[in-house]
Amino acid sequence: MITVNGLTKRYAHTIAVDQISFEVKQGQIVGFLGPNGAGKTTTMRMLTCFLTPTGGTATVAGFDILEQPLEVKKRIGYLPETPPIYPEMRIAEYLAFVGQLKGLSGSDLRTRVDYACERCAVADVRNKIIGKLSKGYRQRVGLAQAIIHNPDVLILDEPTAGLDPKQINETRDLIKSLAGDHTIILSTHILPEVSQTCEQVIIISKGKIVATDSVSNLQQRARSGESVLVEVAGRNGTLDSAIVQRKLQQIAGVSRVIPKADGQKRVIFEVEANRAVRGDVARAVVESGWDLNELRPAALSLEEIFLQLTGSEAPAEMEAVAAGGTNS
Amino acid sequence: MKNIWIICRKELRSYFVSPVAYILLVMFAVIFGFFFWNSLGYFVNMAMEATLEGEQFPMNINEQVMRPLLANVNVIGLFFIPLITMRLFAEEKRSGTIELLTTSPITDVEVIIGKWLAAVIMYSLMLLTTVLDVLFLFRYGNPDWKPLAIGYLGLLLQAGGLIAIGTFISTLTKNQIIAGAVTFGVCLLLWVLGWVSQYENATWAQVLSYMCVITHFDSFAKGVLDSKDAIFDVTVIFLGLFFTARSMESMRWRS
Repeated sequence: MITVNGLTKRYAHTIAVDQISFEVKQGQIVGFLGPNGAGKTTTMRMLTCFLTPTGGTATVAGFDILEQPLEVKKRIGYLPETPPIYPEMRIAEYLAFVGQLKGLSGSDLRTRVDYACERCAVADVRNKIIGKLSKGYRQRVGLAQAIIHNPDVLILDEPTAGLDPKQINETRDLIKSLAGDHTIILSTHILPEVSQTCEQVIIISKGKIVATDSVSNLQQRARSGESVLVEVAGRNGTLDSAIVQRKLQQIAGVSRVIPKADGQKRVIFEVEANRAVRGDVARAVVESGWDLNELRPAALSLEEIFLQLTGSEAPAEMEAVAAGGTNS
Repeated sequence: MKNIWIICRKELRSYFVSPVAYILLVMFAVIFGFFFWNSLGYFVNMAMEATLEGEQFPMNINEQVMRPLLANVNVIGLFFIPLITMRLFAEEKRSGTIELLTTSPITDVEVIIGKWLAAVIMYSLMLLTTVLDVLFLFRYGNPDWKPLAIGYLGLLLQAGGLIAIGTFISTLTKNQIIAGAVTFGVCLLLWVLGWVSQYENATWAQVLSYMCVITHFDSFAKGVLDSKDAIFDVTVIFLGLFFTARSMESMRWRS
C-alpha cells in the first residue's frame, strides 16, 4: 500500500530524514517510533505531500507522491500533530467542509459526515462549536476529519499526545477499530502505545531507520537468553542480600545478578542468564533455607529495546514521557 | 472552479462569524457617510453662493461630489485592506489548518484564488454600503450613472491588486499583526510613490510614479475607462497572486 524509497529531507544545515525506505502492507497498523526530532513528522509530511522531499520518493496506493500528488491526497487521511480545526466552526459544518475539500458532495457527503461523527463518537456534540470542545473531543474531530472520505491510508501524527489516560485508551481503541478498513501509520514517542496498537513497528532515530520488525519479534530479538526476576525472603528474621547474591551468582549459566530492591526481610534480584535457569534458581533459593516469594520472566520491555536502539539521548525523552507525554 | 468556491465560502463565513466583518462594514459606512456629508455640504454651499451672486457657472454632481469622494474612498481602502487580508494565510499557518488545505486534493492556485476572491467580495460588500448614500444623489439630483459605475469598477480593480499583495504578505508569516502592518506599510508606500514626480522628472522618478496606485485611479474617478490603468491593476492582481503561489510552494520546501 505504501512503498518508501530512499526518502530524504535536507534543510540548510541539517538532514531531518536520511534515505529511509520501508514498506507497509494493506490493512496493517504500523507504529512510527522515535524520540522527538527523529524525523517522524517530517516523513509523514512528505508522505502526505505537505513537504517536498529533497531526495528519493514514495508511492501511496500505487501513486507517486511527486508525480501524482492529487491522486495521493485523495487516498490519504491525515491527522497532523495539532488537529487542523477551525475553532469558530461547528463540528458537522467543519466535517462537511473537509468532505467537500476531499471531493465529496450531495447525499454522499451527508452520509459520510454522519458516519464519521458516529464512528469517532462525536455525534452527540455535532452541532457544538469546535473551539469550545475539550482536547479529547478535538482529537476525535481530527480523526473524523481524517476518515471522512474513506481513504485507503490513514496517517496519524501522535494521535494521543496531550490526552488524559482515559482519552488515550479511547483513542487507541478507536484507531484499532479503524484498522480493518484502512492502512494506518501512526507516530508516537510513547512506547506502550506501539505494543498496544501496532502490529509492525519502525524505529527511527536521527532521521534513520534503526529497526523494522513486528512488535513480538523485536521483543524476542532484544531478549538474549533468559532474564528472570526473583524475590527472596528470609525464613525467620533478617536476610543478608550479599549472601543471596553470591548464591545466585554461583548457578551455572548466570551471567549477571542485579539487585532491584533491598529490604530487611526480603530482596529482589534480576538474574540474567544465557540459558533457562528458572528451575535452578528456585532450587538454590529453597535449598539455602529461604522463601521464594516470586519468580517470573523479566521480559525486556519495549522501553529497553528502544533505549538500546536509539542510543543515549533517549532517557531524557522517557522522563518527558513519564512527566505527562508532552510533545514538541 | 468548485474548489475555489468551497474555499471562498469558508473564508466569507469566517469573516461573518466573527465581529470582523460587521466592524469593517460599519466603520467603512460611517467614514464614507462623513465624507459624503462633507462633500455634499460643500457642493450645496457652492450652489447657493452661485445663485446668490447670480452667476451661472456649471455645477456637476459627478465632477464636484463623486469624483473627490471616490478618491477619498480609495484612500480609506488603503487603510481597510490590510485588515481584510492579514488573516487569510497567517491564521491558517498559526493554527496548523494550512496542513489540511495543502494535503487535500485541491491545488494551491485554487486555495489562493478562493481566498483572494473572498477578500474581494468582502471589500465589495463594504463598497455596497456606500451605494446607500449615493442613492440620495439620484433621489434629489441628476448624476450620470456611467462615470459612477466606472469609478466603482476602478475602486474594485485597485482593491483587487492591493488585496493580492496583502494575500502574498499574509503567506510570509504566522502572525496576523505582522501581516497587517507590513501590508499597511506597502499600501501606504504605493500611495505616496507618486509624490516624487512633483519635483523630479528623471526616468526613475517616472517609474516610481507609474507604480503609484493612486495615479492609476485618477482616470477611473473622472469616469474614464483607460485601458492603460485597467491593465496596470490587472497586472498587480496577477503579480500578487503569482508571488502568493510561489510563496506557498516554498512552504513545501521549508516548513
